[in-house]
Amino acid sequence: MLDNLDAMTDWSRAQFALTAMYHWLFVPLTLGMAVIMGVMETRYVISGQDFWKRTARFWMRLFGINFAIGIATGLILEFQFGTNWSNYSWFVGDIFGAPLAIEGILAFFMEATFIAVMFFGWDKVSRKFHLASTWLTGLGATLSAWWILVANSWMQYPVGMTFNPETVRNEMVDFLAVAFSPVAVMKFLHTVLSSWIVGAVFVIGVSAWFLLKRREKEFALASMKIAAYTGLFASLLTLYSGDKSAYQVAQYQPMKLAAMEALYEGGTRQPLTLVGEWKIPAMLSFLATRNADGYVPGIRNILAGGHTAHNGAQALPATEKIARGKTAIAALSDFRQAQKDNDKEKMEKSRRTLEENIPYFGYGYIHNPEDLVPNVWLSFWTFRIMVGFGIYFIAFFALVLFLSRKKTLSEHRWLHRIALWSIPCAFIASQAGWVVSEVGRQPWAIQDMLPVNAAISDLTSGTVQSTFFIFLALFSVLFIAEIGIMIKAIQQGPEPEM
Amino acid sequence: MESTYIFLQHYWWFVISLLGSLLVFLLFVQGGNSLLFRLGKNETERSLLVNATGGKWEFTFTTLVTFGGAFFASFPLFYSTSFGGAYWLWMFILFGFVLQAVSYEFQSKLGNLLGKRTYQLFLVLNGVIGPVLLGCAVATFFNGSDFIVSKSNITDSRIPVISHWGNEWHGLDALTDPWNLMLGMAVFFLTRLLGNLYFIHIIQHKELTTRCRRQLPTDAIPFLLFFLAFVIRTLLKDGFSVEPDTGLIFMEPYKYFHNLTEIPVLLVLFLAGICGVLYGLFLGIFRQTSTHGFWFASGGTVLTVLALLLCAGYNHTAYYPSTTDLQSSLTLSNSCSSLFTLRIMAYISILIPFVVAYIAYVWRVMNRQPLSTDDIRNNQDKY
Repeated sequence: MLDNLDAMTDWSRAQFALTAMYHWLFVPLTLGMAVIMGVMETRYVISGQDFWKRTARFWMRLFGINFAIGIATGLILEFQFGTNWSNYSWFVGDIFGAPLAIEGILAFFMEATFIAVMFFGWDKVSRKFHLASTWLTGLGATLSAWWILVANSWMQYPVGMTFNPETVRNEMVDFLAVAFSPVAVMKFLHTVLSSWIVGAVFVIGVSAWFLLKRREKEFALASMKIAAYTGLFASLLTLYSGDKSAYQVAQYQPMKLAAMEALYEGGTRQPLTLVGEWKIPAMLSFLATRNADGYVPGIRNILAGGHTAHNGAQALPATEKIARGKTAIAALSDFRQAQKDNDKEKMEKSRRTLEENIPYFGYGYIHNPEDLVPNVWLSFWTFRIMVGFGIYFIAFFALVLFLSRKKTLSEHRWLHRIALWSIPCAFIASQAGWVVSEVGRQPWAIQDMLPVNAAISDLTSGTVQSTFFIFLALFSVLFIAEIGIMIKAIQQGPEPEM
Repeated sequence: MESTYIFLQHYWWFVISLLGSLLVFLLFVQGGNSLLFRLGKNETERSLLVNATGGKWEFTFTTLVTFGGAFFASFPLFYSTSFGGAYWLWMFILFGFVLQAVSYEFQSKLGNLLGKRTYQLFLVLNGVIGPVLLGCAVATFFNGSDFIVSKSNITDSRIPVISHWGNEWHGLDALTDPWNLMLGMAVFFLTRLLGNLYFIHIIQHKELTTRCRRQLPTDAIPFLLFFLAFVIRTLLKDGFSVEPDTGLIFMEPYKYFHNLTEIPVLLVLFLAGICGVLYGLFLGIFRQTSTHGFWFASGGTVLTVLALLLCAGYNHTAYYPSTTDLQSSLTLSNSCSSLFTLRIMAYISILIPFVVAYIAYVWRVMNRQPLSTDDIRNNQDKY
């Protein structure tokens, strides 16, 4: 039974990861292209030039192809919280459900309503109404990102709630703390701005293909210029928000940071590992604590405890956290029994024990201290891929913009080839970012409160395995179809001039 | 229990029921798609049918997602128990909707890998399984499901799962109850009627709309038979009642009939809804010049489904009953979110009329002109 539970948990994780990764192939492009299209259509409305309408419409066509499959994969993600993570849905549904509902009410309907105008309304509404619809479609997508990232951030940094032993769940007590937690704000900025980078690289890469084919030169150069501005702006802010996010990880999820840095033995004046033996002295300490002499715990230090945590308290050893977690779970069991027996005194005693140990509740489901260590290899390398490409993109956008302003962008065919090959790099970087974030926080579904093995549904591993492979086949076929359609649509190019 | 808390539980059940009824109305997209090959005799006609619902499928999709999100936020124990337990039922519904989402966009595009006809078949597939399975899922609100909930299981550190499904069919068992299937089929034929009336409302193509009108009685008869059979049986059967002071659940004869008579507003909504649907059908079948049957039938659908869903949860009724362990049944009070969350969500819901207003405005603007073959020929953005 336990083997089956472990296998089922792994398959549920695999299915969620599969769906999330497919979903995240399409969402950043949607978010990024929405801005670029919006700027292009704004230029059309201001200037009245048909050129900008053609340009905007071409990118909208690609946007539409991408949007449909993004919606399809997103639907599955939402419902998987219930289908595969049933315990999770009850244990934190009181807090986690609210952002999802708000996302539906405020963001999804905005997208769904105005995207129809954006695609089919050119001859049915005024220019300004159409422009507003294009921007509102993008705004809807961005608002949607806000609320789902609020939900995700809460899982990494749970705030604004209290545990209620009578209902056996966590309950929200401070909505603003959940909706505007510092982790959520930074995650939103980092994720949305990095999506603009993906959109910008895609537009530059596709435009470069036209230049390589010596087609649509004016269209390609104009698109590249707008995308380069957007990309450079987004890249610089992504760098800033990335630094802030990593600092928050150091404070609230030190094990994730240790895994990202493959830091087993920490200490003061820790260097930042670039790759292999290339290190920048004291840089990790500075980035993680804002002090070059700061102490950064490694994986073994965190398991052993004894160091001073970010809140000034002495960190407990993992074994003690597990013991206190088990005490909390036992106290909850006693409370439930006393409640059934209507034994007020015992209820009060159990409640006190539970409250004393509730910060470690989730550790009670952990079998061995080693289970608290995420996959170090994957966290380490995906972090470097994300940061490496992020730095490359700053240089890339700056160069494209520089050549664009010098009006020599169309002459450098080597750069066009690099731009084309940069498209997959942007998607890899974006995916790598999510892998860092989600693999790095394992084994927690909710940091310190609920590990993934306690968040599950009552299913067999065979059932989840079946749906995993159905999703794999379905999404893969649709993804291949999407690529095929996208390539054909690009080859067709913008509509001919009137 | 605090009266505000009880009010908010009922308020949120109303919101969920309203979203559910809007979802059934918006399934006209699925119903229309299920008629794609029946009504569309050539590619031009099929293109008209697809493009008629083409600008509206996102609403159905979004309402489904919002319905799920609102259920999660307001009644998380339902989300946890039903989705995690009736796994296969929900998965098949989701698979159908995934296929639909891409089929509109992909079908007419070059390089789409599977060919136009495959995507059209996906639309038909979603048009059949979506309404039938959603109807079956809703029927379990009256007929019960095979599950047990034990919150104390969370303290078992080895297997801490609180909701257990009673069999390995994980939701497909709902299809073995003929009364669930009965509602599934009623919803299926209802969505075909709504889809058909929408085609009559929006398409300007005499031959095609004449065929649509001729199809209406073919779907109306089975709809009425299935719907009446389900409703009559439900009103006459024992229902799942809750003792308000203790929370104990027990079987009460004629429970759903009592709910309608004890809350007259529900009865009025229910009867008005049925009249709306029937009048819409009358206009579609007998008034050859009228194109407004869609609005009457849609309004009627919303009212009828709203009344049925409210009937499943109001008046001390267990809205998601367990046939395995009666006391595991879900009620408004034992499955809802905390007072704080329901209150916050209620503030957010004040924005819903604003959302409905801009949807209505855009719908009106986009549907100002009927859809003709010329639109299909001249529009590069068509599906």
